[in-house]
Amino acid sequence: MTILDEPTAVWTAVCRLGDLAPERGAAALVGGEQVAIFRLVDGGVLAVQQHDPFSDAYVLSRGIVGSRAVEGVEVPTVASPMHKQVFDLRTGRCLDPAGKAPARGLPPDLRTWAARVRGDVVEIAVPA
Amino acid sequence: MSPSKHLVVVGGGMVAQRLVEALRDRDTAGTWRITVLAEEPRRPYDRVALTSYFSGRDAEDLALGDPGLWHDPLVTLVRDERVASVDRAARTVTTARGRVEAYDHLVLATGSSAWVPPIEGADLPGVFVYRTVDDVAALRGYVEELSQHRTVRGAVIGGGLLGLEAAGALQALGAQATVLQVGTHLMSTQIDLGGGEALRRLINQLGVGVRLNAATARIRPHRRGGVGRLDLADGGRLDADVVVIAAGVRPRDELARDGGLEIGPRGGVVVDDSCLTSDADISAVGEVACIQGACIGLVAPGYAMAEVTVDRLLGGRAEFPGADTATKLKLAGVDVASFGDAFGTTPGALEIVWADPVAGVYKKLVMSDDARTLLGGVLVGDASAYASLRPMLGRELPGDPAAFLLPEGTGGPPDLELPDDAGVCSCNNVSAGAVRGAVTEHRCTDLGAVKACTKAGTSCGSCLPLVKKLVTTELQKQGIAVSTALCEHFALSRAQLYDAVRVSGVRSFTEVVQRFGTRPDARGCDICKPAIGSILATTAPAHVLDGERAALQDTNDHVMANLQKDGSYSVVPRIPGGEVTPEGLIAIGAVAQDFGLYTKITGGQRIDMFGARIDQLPLIWQRLVDAGFESGHAYGKSLRTVKSCVGSTWCRFGVQDSVALAVLLELRYRGLRSPHKIKLGVSGCARECAEARGKDVGVIATDKGWNVYVGGNGGFTPRHAQLLAEDLDTETLIRTIDRFLLYYVRTADRLQRTAPWIGDVEGGLDGVRAVVMEDSLGIAADLDQQMAQHVLDYEDEWKATLEDPEKLRRFSSFVNAPEVADPSLAYVPERGQARPATADERAAALRGEPVLVAGTTLEVRS
Repeated sequence: MTILDEPTAVWTAVCRLGDLAPERGAAALVGGEQVAIFRLVDGGVLAVQQHDPFSDAYVLSRGIVGSRAVEGVEVPTVASPMHKQVFDLRTGRCLDPAGKAPARGLPPDLRTWAARVRGDVVEIAVPA
Repeated sequence: MSPSKHLVVVGGGMVAQRLVEALRDRDTAGTWRITVLAEEPRRPYDRVALTSYFSGRDAEDLALGDPGLWHDPLVTLVRDERVASVDRAARTVTTARGRVEAYDHLVLATGSSAWVPPIEGADLPGVFVYRTVDDVAALRGYVEELSQHRTVRGAVIGGGLLGLEAAGALQALGAQATVLQVGTHLMSTQIDLGGGEALRRLINQLGVGVRLNAATARIRPHRRGGVGRLDLADGGRLDADVVVIAAGVRPRDELARDGGLEIGPRGGVVVDDSCLTSDADISAVGEVACIQGACIGLVAPGYAMAEVTVDRLLGGRAEFPGADTATKLKLAGVDVASFGDAFGTTPGALEIVWADPVAGVYKKLVMSDDARTLLGGVLVGDASAYASLRPMLGRELPGDPAAFLLPEGTGGPPDLELPDDAGVCSCNNVSAGAVRGAVTEHRCTDLGAVKACTKAGTSCGSCLPLVKKLVTTELQKQGIAVSTALCEHFALSRAQLYDAVRVSGVRSFTEVVQRFGTRPDARGCDICKPAIGSILATTAPAHVLDGERAALQDTNDHVMANLQKDGSYSVVPRIPGGEVTPEGLIAIGAVAQDFGLYTKITGGQRIDMFGARIDQLPLIWQRLVDAGFESGHAYGKSLRTVKSCVGSTWCRFGVQDSVALAVLLELRYRGLRSPHKIKLGVSGCARECAEARGKDVGVIATDKGWNVYVGGNGGFTPRHAQLLAEDLDTETLIRTIDRFLLYYVRTADRLQRTAPWIGDVEGGLDGVRAVVMEDSLGIAADLDQQMAQHVLDYEDEWKATLEDPEKLRRFSSFVNAPEVADPSLAYVPERGQARPATADERAAALRGEPVLVAGTTLEVRS
């Protein structure tokens, strides 16, 4: 018999789905960190870091949500409101650095958090 | 991999900075660890821009490049550390404080020092040189101290480039300035006698005195102490409270001399074309290097030497391409340029000269003996031809060379195709050839790809129109149709999409993308969403935050404020025509005071308040709306302001009431969404104090009515507006502007301002005139009706938002902690107000150093 690992993340309630406007983001404080949570047009939610590695400001929740065809798949994206770098909202990967390098040698890709909607409550997986 | 070699750079100037930047950029394997030993107590700064230090900027603004370079773990910058000796055998350098650094390779980038001629009194208090930030700061302090008591008289010894800059700087400090030039004319290294004479007249017009053939014999003290007057060799004298010596520079070659390296006949460390000195482990770059027989006091050749050295350090074979000694000076509006063989010393060279002493213009081209190949030139008073001529050096000019010298409006020169080696983006040093190569070799098919590939236009962006033109031309040459598609989601251009949306009557993004998009399930992007938001704003007017509209807006439109670099916003209430009551000013001042906002007067005659957190915006606007203000749309691609002069109500010269018209126009067009921002101006007489011809629509009063000009703008490519119609009565004027603006809103490309749009309209300005004045397309009634609807439907976006709790929910700091303010915002006091803390200041505060960094509640007005 194997012993299951301890759960590595805890689902934490952040807000109600109705607190988020469709195809817009909102900032949340989760475990002392600034997280940008986005509500997609289909009611799904995705979460990435609020910090924009290119401008070094905490602004990504205020970017325009859209989509981009990546290898034939329509991928949900956000564009930084500061200088328009585009990120894949599911993986955090930077799809278009807009000719710039991140500030202070930071990685261009974003940290992501697992997010889900239970009933009408938006939950984020916070590492235990 | 840990670095295996150590590079020591002596000197922390502009060339040293470029060398370190280039090495860190190219040395991807991390072979070299770099130590920079700088004598000055600060990071490398832009010495060329030193004079701008007088126009209110502080030393921080002179910073060069990305400050992150100095945080690179492979780079160590040691400031305030003068190197005293080099031990070539041991391969070490020792500083005056006893620090020893062993090197694998050494670069001397020690630059020059100001040369002070051996004149009696040159050591008196009040005599300055003009070389470093500290020199300039000392000069500024001295003049400011003296000017509290009297008008300060300044003298500048030396009439070269630096001397003229110093004279301009003295004048900027409120001092009188006289330039003393030993030779026959100003800037004698760069320009000829004829150009020097034209320059003297222009400099005189600025209020700066010039004395030629004026050698200074001695500097005499004043009986109260400090400098008092200059005695000239010819017996003349000049009273002066402050003296700036700008008589030339000498290379700082003492380390090389002491170390036994070969020195040039007139100083400087002798280097070969690979920038190596007589010791293969030591290079010299910049002003200290004597290359191809001379030391060069310009920054561009220094940068070229830095690039050569970096290439050699990485095993390359680069050679110094020869010095480009072209110079362009802009001093208080006086243009001077000199390039190539400016003195016509090539055997058989022909000189073609155009001189207009009345206009203060002197232009000369030096041509080969067959008058076909351009060898050099001098341009004084009007250097507009410099950008197109300089890349043509050594090449045949098409047509008659004189065409390049004649003033505008006489036909003008033929279109020049930029040669491949012509620089396009000076921030990132990208040539026209590199831009073309991105298309031809690297298969880039749009501007974005070319930017990513070449870095052109990624710093200040001012060259982007030129880059775009090059890319378009190159794509067309390749037979690639240049797509006018908005983005990957729409194959239509903005103008086509506008028509499609208007005619079909669709009202939401989802409908637009399903009917006209490339993929019906796509959700758009940061390009098409705001564009469609703007289109819907005039085809199906509704509040910017209504329903699905909210998802189309850039953050500026979404929170109805302007995003700033740290994530805070600025707020601009509308002040129509720039007319504001004392009560209004007090109300704005009180809001700024209560919320700790930085305030600045804008160029559009209103007040910008910076540093508002997103959660403060509704509170701020409640106060402003209560005081009778409304949104100024400073955040929108829409009408910004209508600037006006005070007009006939008060002015002795005014012929019409410009303020009343400006208020009327601003209230009529407020909130009109457009492809780009729109600005208007109204002047009450031909003196044009409102600078209306620098606006998209400029109105200038005449005795009989109003003249209307269109297509003006400031920015990177300033344009004067062109005359559309004359002597209109007010009613006709308003109808004309209504139609002009809506025709622009309907047919311009995304982010296209009125000037290039007019160029794109079939028939140009005449074509626009035919549509708006003569209704050649039969759409005038439609345009009139659309504007009437706009005026009728207008409501203040902020007032409407404050009345709607659902919309107000967007303004919380954190959706799960609205009571917590964004902890990332930090401010420091400066000149009595708050400004965002720099990355360095935040880091210093975290280390516990005494830097005053605070959140947005920083109390600076105590």
